[in-house]
Amino acid sequence: MLELATVQGVSLEAQGVDDSPLAIRGLTVSYGQKPAVFSVDMTVQRGGMTAIIGPNGAGKSTLLKAALGIVSPLSGQVTVFGQPLEDQRARIAYVPQRASVDWDFPTRAIDVVLMGLSRQLGLLGRVRARHLDRAIECLNRVGMREFADRQIGQLSGGQQQRVFLARALAQDADLYLLDEPFAGVDAATEKAIIAVLKSLKEAGKTVVVVHHDLATVADYFDHVFLINTRKIAEGPVAEAFTADTLQSAYGGRLATAQIDQISRALG
Amino acid sequence: MSGEEFVPLSLTPLLIGTFAAIACALPGNFLLLRKQALIGDAISHVVLPGIVVAFLLTGAISTWPMMLGAAGAAIVAVVMIEAIRRLGQIEPGAAMGVVFTTMFAAGVLLLEQSDTSAVHLDVEHALYGNLESLIWLDATGWASLLDVQALTGLPPELPRIALTLIGVSLFIWLLWRPLKISTFDEGFARTIGIRTGALGMGLVIMAAIAAVAAFDAVGSIIVIAMFICPPAAARMMTNRLETQIAWSVLFAIVSAVSGYVLAGYGPLWIGGADAVSAAGMIATVSGVILAVAAAFGPCRTRAGTPGPA
Repeated sequence: MLELATVQGVSLEAQGVDDSPLAIRGLTVSYGQKPAVFSVDMTVQRGGMTAIIGPNGAGKSTLLKAALGIVSPLSGQVTVFGQPLEDQRARIAYVPQRASVDWDFPTRAIDVVLMGLSRQLGLLGRVRARHLDRAIECLNRVGMREFADRQIGQLSGGQQQRVFLARALAQDADLYLLDEPFAGVDAATEKAIIAVLKSLKEAGKTVVVVHHDLATVADYFDHVFLINTRKIAEGPVAEAFTADTLQSAYGGRLATAQIDQISRALG
Repeated sequence: MSGEEFVPLSLTPLLIGTFAAIACALPGNFLLLRKQALIGDAISHVVLPGIVVAFLLTGAISTWPMMLGAAGAAIVAVVMIEAIRRLGQIEPGAAMGVVFTTMFAAGVLLLEQSDTSAVHLDVEHALYGNLESLIWLDATGWASLLDVQALTGLPPELPRIALTLIGVSLFIWLLWRPLKISTFDEGFARTIGIRTGALGMGLVIMAAIAAVAAFDAVGSIIVIAMFICPPAAARMMTNRLETQIAWSVLFAIVSAVSGYVLAGYGPLWIGGADAVSAAGMIATVSGVILAVAAAFGPCRTRAGTPGPA
């Protein structure tokens, strides 16, 4: 009996925290003397659209990079769908900040999207018609089909961001992590990206976005995660995205008028 | 030129120069795109003290001790660069510059102080190599290529650089996809499970092997030039990495062949008396190709690079 109860206890917990698309426990990351992220816990809701928000230098991107194993944390644990990260790589798609790569690199838009298929292609697998079709389809979803043969440096910032999103779509993942996808893009791109992200959510995928525009949080997302080195708040937008939590995340850096405006927008 | 003259005197230096040029240009493409082009320069400098120490310990110029000495020096250099950067809080470029000039200078001092007169290891050799002397005296004509007896007399640098070229080509062919992805977008590469640290180290090690083998045959001038000039010129010819690699190989071949021929005959054509250094001429030709590509290449103006006024 005791054994059975333990098994049930484990499975109950598995449905809650441990089965989450992304669960982070006690994560601390430091680049120098001062920690960029300190002792952070995060549990991403399956099928949700979560915004990670916080002031500049609050550790938003670092949190994402540590969750993906791009930077090594000092301490902490990351599980993806209840499993170690390394076993679940095929289920994750990551869109880095646009500024993190050199767009002068000699490659075309379609080649970048094909990078999203590299796990299928393996080391020496040839790119076949079905791979090209898949890449074209992904470019089409972000409205970039006619730019497939363009060298990526000849695209506008918004177009580059859409190519990055198309690469993530090609990965056909269950968890999408995007770092500032709306930074410095035109309005048409922002609309195209949010439409794609909402279609992913409708398809049952989980989306996590590092976001900087407080005015659009309530429109775009259903969950928020506020961070300023430490976790400030986490939960559904209505509960966690309040004047109080914003005040403690941004401190004096956010004008009171701005907070009032956001509170009014939230109703 | 007849086969009786060409095969023994010019064929082997031409092949060695060409193989060395391609072996350096291939990894140079990736180093250039990773903004690490100067690593070729750094490696070709730091290997000098390693090779000299290996020579002093063994008393002979032989491949494996020299390769090991060069590799040891490269590791010492990497550790020193990292230590200086961390302890001194100095930017990586400056740390690299300090380490490789110091180690090269130490190598020159070591060479000068040691008795190397009996062998062809001296500062001049280190810089220019001795391409012209890598002749094949056992050959009597094209037929010698099928003559086992004559083939045993081939200069050992030829099979050595040929093997190096095969190794470098295999490395790039097998790891093409991870190399391309991690060079373009290292963060993304890590999220799909590519071990970017090990891959980057592997690339630098392959570059070091190519540099050491080429240095042995043709001197450091060609090494430094071939790591940078053909890839940089190739980048201005195309906007696709696959095509860039092909152009860089073509430029490496053209530099090596025309540089060798110009060094041997160019001075005679303009009325001079003696031939000039083939290594120097090959490096010069590669520089001229780069200049022409920079002036007329179809992809020389790109987003993020200064355009024409």
